[in-house]
Amino acid sequence: MYIAQILVNGILLGSVYALLGIGMTMIFGIVKLTNLAHGEFVVLGAYLSTVLAPLLGIDPILTLAITVPLMFILGFLLQYGLIGRAMKKGSEPALLVTFGLSIILQDGMLMIFSADARHIPVPYSKDTIKIGALEISVLHLVLFAISLIAILLLSLFLRNTYMGRAIRATADDADVAALSGVNINRVYAIAMGIAMASAAVAGLCVGMKWTYDPSVGGNYLLIAFVVVVIGGMGSVPGTLVAGILFGMAQVIGGASYGLLISYILLLLVLIFKPKGIFGK
Amino acid sequence: MSDTLLRIEDLHAGYGDFVAVDSASLEVKKGGIVALIGINGAGKTTLMNTVAGLHKPSSGKVYFKDEEITALSADRIVAKGLSLVPQGGRCFTRMSVQDNLLMGSFPKTARKNAKAMLARVYELFPDLEQMKQRPAGNLSGGQRQMVAIGRALMGSPECLIFDEISLGLSPVVINDIYRIIKRINKEENTSIILIEQDIRRALKTSDAFYVMLKGKVVLSGKSDEVDPETLKKAYFGI
Repeated sequence: MYIAQILVNGILLGSVYALLGIGMTMIFGIVKLTNLAHGEFVVLGAYLSTVLAPLLGIDPILTLAITVPLMFILGFLLQYGLIGRAMKKGSEPALLVTFGLSIILQDGMLMIFSADARHIPVPYSKDTIKIGALEISVLHLVLFAISLIAILLLSLFLRNTYMGRAIRATADDADVAALSGVNINRVYAIAMGIAMASAAVAGLCVGMKWTYDPSVGGNYLLIAFVVVVIGGMGSVPGTLVAGILFGMAQVIGGASYGLLISYILLLLVLIFKPKGIFGK
Repeated sequence: MSDTLLRIEDLHAGYGDFVAVDSASLEVKKGGIVALIGINGAGKTTLMNTVAGLHKPSSGKVYFKDEEITALSADRIVAKGLSLVPQGGRCFTRMSVQDNLLMGSFPKTARKNAKAMLARVYELFPDLEQMKQRPAGNLSGGQRQMVAIGRALMGSPECLIFDEISLGLSPVVINDIYRIIKRINKEENTSIILIEQDIRRALKTSDAFYVMLKGKVVLSGKSDEVDPETLKKAYFGI
């Protein structure tokens, strides 16, 4: 029963870790860029939801209706106006720009929101439901549903729409995509918009589950990094599996050994399958 | 409207200090087939990549349908009806054959015809319909070349550029592909530019030819009137 409990908790929490990795893996796979500001994007998403929910008097989950489009536009503009320009000079300048962005965002949030730890309160945060001998946290179920829906919508978009196909095609061979009529810079901007929109959703989940402050972005960047490398860069199903593996490691290892187990896992993957479980 | 579809005027292009195309001029008539021949490194691919918008020219002009398209981005040139099938049958290897083809309908003007064009491509390449769900990366070289051609056709181009389409393929497959190129030319009235190493085949297929050497067009004329001796001299620069 203990094992079943761990499995369930690992899967439920793992979906949040997968969601953290999705935005990162898209930018890796499509724009071929390591986005060092991804953690700050997530924290920004958390702050937006934290502030908006009481301000508008709505459930925190409903703030997504505002934060997702807002972060999408922000990501689009950042890529089109800033990161994309740096990319013309090579991949290192672009990497440095994302590093600069992460510092600016972190200090900006520190100025606006102070260093106090924040949290997105929900009435069901302590509730559990019993299924047989299993005890499942309602909060975890909600987070699982949010993350899974977000990942599913993204997969459907990538699979079935012209823009989704163009995004996959650009990841595969940008020159040939351009020869098929795709505006590559626009695709990059849309990919960054989607990555940032996914960070908005991840930020909400993170804020509902844990406390956060402007300085924790680095932790989430690291988690996203581990998940992305284990899953294989650019692979959505790989990221989902890796997120769940990461979740299991956290549940088994707890606060003291969780990260250790996931880094050992990361090392093993790098040794035996360096392109990730689903990498090609 | 003149009957010239594509006109290249005094185009120069290079990589850094290296000049790959050194004053090239070329014309393609509506519904015509033009062969562009020359030894490796003569600048054929750079010339056509520049025309298609993958590479920026250093000077010169390109007109398509009497409209200047010099230095437009590749996606906008495709949308105007000029399409390049790059060397080596490059496909989106992780995507299915059908998704590869549908990528060719990406320009907004091509989307409403996507279904009809897909049926047309499957009619030209029945093999592809059998394997439409397979990832393009699992296909043979010839099949990949067919996917690349099909993808370009999906956008209903008025001018198609084939860069060394026969490179690395077996003679049987090359024959098949050339038969289909001629069909496309005849049935859709699509103008075609063939970059080709196989001079005999290129001349047999085309109406007009251009020979490039060291970035320059050194000889041109009608394909059925060519003098083999002159051609050989121009080709090797002797």
